[in-house]
Amino acid sequence: MMVVVWFDVTLVIILLVCGWLALTTPNLLRAVMLFIAFGLLVALAWVRLQAPDVALAEAAVGSGLTGALLLSTLSAMQRASQKRRSRMEAMQQSTKEEYDAG
Amino acid sequence: MQDRDFNRALQADDDTRLTQSRLLVLALATALVAGLAAAAITFPDDFGRLAPLALDSLPRSGVLNPVTAVLLNYRGYDTLLEVVVLLLAIVGVWAIAPTPRIWFKTPDTPVLATFVRLLLPLMMVVAGYMLWLGADEPGGAFQGGAVLGGVGVLWAAAVVWLPRAGRPFWLRLLLGAGVAAFVIAAVGLLFLRGNLLQYPPEQAKTVILVIESAAMFSIGATLAMLFIGGYPRREEAK
Repeated sequence: MMVVVWFDVTLVIILLVCGWLALTTPNLLRAVMLFIAFGLLVALAWVRLQAPDVALAEAAVGSGLTGALLLSTLSAMQRASQKRRSRMEAMQQSTKEEYDAG
Repeated sequence: MQDRDFNRALQADDDTRLTQSRLLVLALATALVAGLAAAAITFPDDFGRLAPLALDSLPRSGVLNPVTAVLLNYRGYDTLLEVVVLLLAIVGVWAIAPTPRIWFKTPDTPVLATFVRLLLPLMMVVAGYMLWLGADEPGGAFQGGAVLGGVGVLWAAAVVWLPRAGRPFWLRLLLGAGVAAFVIAAVGLLFLRGNLLQYPPEQAKTVILVIESAAMFSIGATLAMLFIGGYPRREEAK
């Protein structure tokens, strides 16, 4: 009985820490990873609440598919920022060449 | 257009100032949490519970799992609308996103390809088993559909497969099958029995199984297409 209570308390604490870190970490990839871990732990919490149906849906949709969607979006954003950076560098380069020429 | 949106999102990510509008959002979110917490704490213990009624009616619902009974029988109308929401989601994505695209590159190794080839059939069997299990144990169309969606995502990401049919008739049929089966059942029963989605107890199991099967394929296809994103079209000649 005591073990079960400690398991639940630990689960809640880890959930809160996981959620807090996922929201506050500046590294987006880490945030997505934490979100996926958070989803799996929420699924575990649903099992503890005796709702295995919800746990299955949470693990598959909330963690798995949403995680895949977020990773896909992250790749798209990184590509966009890379493009932006290279464009800015090219612009700086051209202004410098103009300056050198002038 | 897409790059501009991403740029804006990236800039917004760097911006952490507490502007007035953000404070308003923060206040509203805090008020919502406070209200929900207050409601949860002050909730009366002796509210009319529906659980005994739901459990007592199980023999007439056609299934033994109370969750499936609620989703597909007692509150079938809600589930019908949920399936419609999923269909609307993919219609919305197709309307906005320009082209289907897998944004990340997966390593081109035989290990991944073989693993996916071995795993996918197994996952499909698991999805079907979950659907069948849903009648008696936790499981059902949504869980099975989610596994099927995972099949689609893995397939698309590992094999870099994109549907490029000019007129994806079968794909659209798959996406609409769940809503179609549900609506046909609802309207048919409306004429036969006088009420929307009122199953005859003897045939309830069959009706639920048919609706759930169609819904599972639609949910799986919808989730996979949401991941791929964009309306599949024929590749333009270059």
